[in-house]
Amino acid sequence: MTAFILKRLAHSLITLAIFLTLIFVFVRLSGNPADLYLPLNSTQEMRDAFAARIGLDQPIYVQFGRFVLDLMHLDFGDSFVREQPAMTVALSAFPRTLMLAALAMPVALLIAIPLGSAAAYRPFSIGGRTATVGALTAASVPDFWIGIMGVLWFSVMLGWLPTSGTGGWQYWVLPVVALAARPAGILAQVVRGTMVQTLASPYIKAARAKGVGKSALIFKHAFRNATLPVITVGGEQLAGVLSGAIVVETIFGWPGIGKTMIDSILQRDFSVVQASAVVIACSIFLLNIMIDILYARLDPRIRLG
Amino acid sequence: MSELAAPLAEDNAPPPKRAGWKTLIAALRHDHLALVAAIYLALLGLLLIVGAFTMQDLASQQALRQRNLPPGSIETGWQYLLGSDSLGRSVLARIVVGGLRTVGVSIATVAISVVVGITLGILAGYRGGIFDALIMRAADVSLAFPGILLAVVLLYIFPPAIITVIIVLVFNRLPLYIRVARAETLEVRERLFVSAARVLGASGWRITRKHILPIVAPTILTIATLDLAVVMLVESSLSFLGMGVQPPSVSWGLLVADGRRYLRAAWWLTFFPGLAIVLTAVAINIVSNWLRVVLDPVQAARLHAVQPEAGPAEGGQNDRR
Repeated sequence: MTAFILKRLAHSLITLAIFLTLIFVFVRLSGNPADLYLPLNSTQEMRDAFAARIGLDQPIYVQFGRFVLDLMHLDFGDSFVREQPAMTVALSAFPRTLMLAALAMPVALLIAIPLGSAAAYRPFSIGGRTATVGALTAASVPDFWIGIMGVLWFSVMLGWLPTSGTGGWQYWVLPVVALAARPAGILAQVVRGTMVQTLASPYIKAARAKGVGKSALIFKHAFRNATLPVITVGGEQLAGVLSGAIVVETIFGWPGIGKTMIDSILQRDFSVVQASAVVIACSIFLLNIMIDILYARLDPRIRLG
Repeated sequence: MSELAAPLAEDNAPPPKRAGWKTLIAALRHDHLALVAAIYLALLGLLLIVGAFTMQDLASQQALRQRNLPPGSIETGWQYLLGSDSLGRSVLARIVVGGLRTVGVSIATVAISVVVGITLGILAGYRGGIFDALIMRAADVSLAFPGILLAVVLLYIFPPAIITVIIVLVFNRLPLYIRVARAETLEVRERLFVSAARVLGASGWRITRKHILPIVAPTILTIATLDLAVVMLVESSLSFLGMGVQPPSVSWGLLVADGRRYLRAAWWLTFFPGLAIVLTAVAINIVSNWLRVVLDPVQAARLHAVQPEAGPAEGGQNDRR
């Protein structure tokens, strides 16, 4: 198990390193910040002084070295717009995104497992078909549209929920639903797929013949086999939720890392873009490792192999 | 003797000819859901093609006396069936023209990804070695980080134009195709008919073209139909964020974003473009699930044996991304 996890860790580290290098290259490619931040009539001296202040006068390998050092110190310089260290801006926004994701995923699972099981248990009954189409639809609805339609119905027409912002529990409902819908649909399809196969397997037939009840059959016997695919896909979906938060946070004015990133992109605040991309990338890296560990613990073939 | 030889020969022969149009249509009649979805897609395609020639002007034509008409206002003409926006432009025409862009970008993205993905995947799988390692690491990077994040970072650098959006989306989808093509190639490469061809002196180019491609292509095409829906959703999200298709062009995502400002006064501006995205994505999903079942010889055999199996039997198996 340790060998497996170490191998996966090395694998993920390489990927993370390449991604971080890409961020460095992309940010350098995005144009001279002096053009953006200095007035058009600024002199060459002013431009040079500006470049020197943010270190752009150095050769590219020195800049890269500094980028790596910055990474290790988790310090990317100050935000041009907010006059705060960029990393502080990114890190102070991140917990709010994490909390959204931490709420959206359980909601998605709570919807997906019963829906998928229902679709698998009697695939050709009316209920089964409805569940299948429901899962398919949930997986096909864009999150921004669910968000906006939620605002239309529950905020504008009924006035039950606030349209945007942060505060009491009412502020959480629509963002969480908008984030959870697609993962719920996709996970329900996964549960259904695995359950259809599992329910046809001999050990389930044996259990059924033995007289095991319907719910025990599904949740005690069959569902255990569906756990692994659900974890794999659930992990990917959680990574997707972290980045999908970009859209949902923009709609609901949720001050998380996604909105911070979009705002800094629009304002060309490149140290914050860099810091937010690094924070999201690192969190996804950690997430992948946690999934690998979980996987190794649950699957004896990996643990003992 | 001949009875013994037959299955052996079949095992090494290229896969049986896939179902022809007639069989497909016959199978479609048994699956009502897929039939409805296919009819919807056909009508949409027709509407988009007709609209491309007739509705371009209508979509940008302003009529200030017909501002913010609710859906169903057909007294002044059929173009206001789905209402009009704050400048009196027909929502229906804008959805059709926007659909051309959205569907066009999605098809272009998937087509490029399929061609490039198959090429790189087969090369990686057939050649192996350092080439394989390089391609696969590159694919890992873009697979490990969710699409929107990468797209947003890329669109931060490159000016937003249709071609940039397509490149960004291709970047995002490519790894999937490379992986599948490579995995299939690795498996096919070891089969007897490929070894036989090699022994007979066929060149690597001929083997990939005549023996590997015909087996890899159907798998990739099945994934591609499903992927069309995914690409459409990502494109819409990017346009919605203002990083995809730029005004004055329209796309479904952009229409939803534009309409959001008028949510209180004119809900139809966001509702109908979004509905178009949802319906199209669901229809593509249903048809591609059905296509996968019908085109798969193993499942197709079951289909003939037990009629109800026509449903998407293994939904979700290909959705792990």
